[in-house]
Amino acid sequence: MSHNEHAIANEQHVHRDDTGAKMGMWLFLFTELLLFGGMFLIYAVYRFQFSDQFRVAALELNTSLGTLNTIILLTSSLTVALAITAIQKKNKFFAIINLVLTLFFALLFMVIKYFEWGSKFEHGIYPGSEELLNKQNGEVLFFGLYYVMTGLHGLHIIIGMALLFWILILVMKDKITHDNFVKMENSGLYWHLVDLIWIFLFPLFYLIH
Amino acid sequence: MANESLAVEEKSFYEEGTSKRTGLLGWLTSTDHKRIGLLYLIAITVFFLVGATIGLLMRLELISPGETIMAAQTYNALFTLHGVIMIFLFIIPGLPAIFGNFFLPIQIGAKDVAFPRLNLLSWYIYIIGAALALISLVLPGGPIDTGWTFYIPYSVRSTTNVSLAIFSAFVLGFSSILTGINFITTVHRMRAPGMGWFKMPLFVWSTYSTAWIQVIATPVIAITIILVILERTFGVGIFDPALGGDPLLFQHLFWIYSHPAVYIMILPAMGVVSEIIPTFARRTIFGYKAIAFSSLAIAFVGYLVWAHHMFTSGISDTARAIFSFLTFIVALPSGVKVFNWVATMYKGSIDPKPPFLWVMSFIFLFSIGGLTGLVVGALALDVHLHDTYFVVAHFHYVMFGGTGTIFIAALYYWFPKMFGKTYNIKIANWGVALFFISFNMLYFPKFILGYMGQPRRYYDYLPEFTSLQVISTVGSWILYATLLLVFGNLVYSLFKGKKSTGNPWGGVTLEWHTSSPPPLENFHEIPKVTHEPYDFSQLKEMKHES
Repeated sequence: MSHNEHAIANEQHVHRDDTGAKMGMWLFLFTELLLFGGMFLIYAVYRFQFSDQFRVAALELNTSLGTLNTIILLTSSLTVALAITAIQKKNKFFAIINLVLTLFFALLFMVIKYFEWGSKFEHGIYPGSEELLNKQNGEVLFFGLYYVMTGLHGLHIIIGMALLFWILILVMKDKITHDNFVKMENSGLYWHLVDLIWIFLFPLFYLIH
Repeated sequence: MANESLAVEEKSFYEEGTSKRTGLLGWLTSTDHKRIGLLYLIAITVFFLVGATIGLLMRLELISPGETIMAAQTYNALFTLHGVIMIFLFIIPGLPAIFGNFFLPIQIGAKDVAFPRLNLLSWYIYIIGAALALISLVLPGGPIDTGWTFYIPYSVRSTTNVSLAIFSAFVLGFSSILTGINFITTVHRMRAPGMGWFKMPLFVWSTYSTAWIQVIATPVIAITIILVILERTFGVGIFDPALGGDPLLFQHLFWIYSHPAVYIMILPAMGVVSEIIPTFARRTIFGYKAIAFSSLAIAFVGYLVWAHHMFTSGISDTARAIFSFLTFIVALPSGVKVFNWVATMYKGSIDPKPPFLWVMSFIFLFSIGGLTGLVVGALALDVHLHDTYFVVAHFHYVMFGGTGTIFIAALYYWFPKMFGKTYNIKIANWGVALFFISFNMLYFPKFILGYMGQPRRYYDYLPEFTSLQVISTVGSWILYATLLLVFGNLVYSLFKGKKSTGNPWGGVTLEWHTSSPPPLENFHEIPKVTHEPYDFSQLKEMKHES
């Protein structure tokens, strides 16, 4: 970049540095991984200690709903990637459609999660419930971890939805364009991370019997 | 750089802000890293004095056996508060957030940090976290009484406001993470032309290593805090043995963060030492690369020693032996630093100005703290000394004698640069001397008391310990008065001090190449770096420039 261009770029936005912004985002994602890492560590310890009881408890989870949610979340990762590609190809309309679809899938995921949690509650399985306390220790811990980990993950979905909604508005206002889309890219990265964590949560809770 | 006429016309960052707003609002909305650094300075110094006052009260309680001025429960709340304030509000953010913010960008020749708005946000998150901690004191239920380590199971059983208080630590952790991300990106992306990795001043290296620990370790405490809050609210059972949970897991997770956090506290201080010694010895730093890499080594090995806090908790002998061994290894990079600092002074032309004297005091106190760290790191000895005053003394020698001393040293070193004023050297010298004497008076008896078996966190003690406790308490009075003198000297100079020249100490790192106080974007023109960081041959050229 020549000195002149530099000056112009500086006038528009003093600190525009897309590579730097992405680097910051990756570092932040790293902290998210470590946050969940603490949970996975605890899961590993208790799975090792109570492997039989974990197996029994896992049978109570609804594998088909879990699978459905996995498909939904994976598809939402696809749509957010499509939206980012669309904006790079100056196709604003397609980008908006895909962002809306992503938000829709995210909402759908949360709705299914709501029914899943709801039916557990109906069966009296929630932290501190009498039903649960009558079960073996390993089962109590399994469901404790289930609620904490999927709950924390759900919270991240909600944060991701807020983030993508903000991006949607920015795209509609032409604040995000084909040559300035790092915010969208970073939000997409965040969304992929949320998706990725689910990809680990799913087998750990639903598939290993 | 700038010639005389330009420098006169140039406005400093006090006169020119990042936005059009002026006055207090101009500061509270400023994204200028220097202003944010000063905002941190004000908040953190206030909390430091509050924490010190609580310490003073605790010492007063301990002047005689039995209840002296407060009941046991009040004492429990006070030592918890002292710990929480000093650790989470003063010493963790202290050096990186104040001096890192102010000087890291200048030292690498940048106009600002990589994410200036995020930087301001970090300050607000810090203030919110601090406010939550204060609110938890006055809400019904009463102030938290678990000690700053929040150990399970008491932190779940205690009826005090544990949840809110530890949530404030969670929020403060967020601020710490964002600052860390900002600094790493800044160092990678914003270095001036010619500023290669090995031309960076060592303060930048140490702050960079610290930033990595902030990013990697803090999320672990975040999840641990969330789990304790959930445990208190819903009784999930993860740490509850009655439901199959394991309380030891809490200790593991807590120390996986909190041990590296000790290096968040000390590493930036080591960086400041590596700045001050060359400047006042007029000699390039001895073993530049060794010091730079030892920072990274400390950051790395610091992760692998956490269980030395748990030698008496019932973990396996194999684990204890391994962690004891690893603990000894951390002493190596720390030793490398101390020897290099001392070697830098050898045959140097030493000018014992106050910042240098503070550093001398640091080297003595930190060496005592570091060597007694080996004593408690040794498995067999620790079983005897665990949870006694010996550990308290060790910790205060490292943290207060180490980081606290350097916090003051850094203030005295960079004060002319930050504020453009000079302070009274004579009073400053008295400050160092009194500090050194009273510090040892306050904390050294604790080594002896601990060795004789006085447990920490007790508001009472056996009558035969009285004389040592009294010496310690009297020391706390002198130390407190000294702190008032030390800070009073600076506050007075802020208003009445003489104007400082651009480079009063003859430093050569980039912050001394710009005016005092620096202009809004730090330099009149982006500097081109051609010298090694501590190449004092450039002093002659610099004199021509100004």
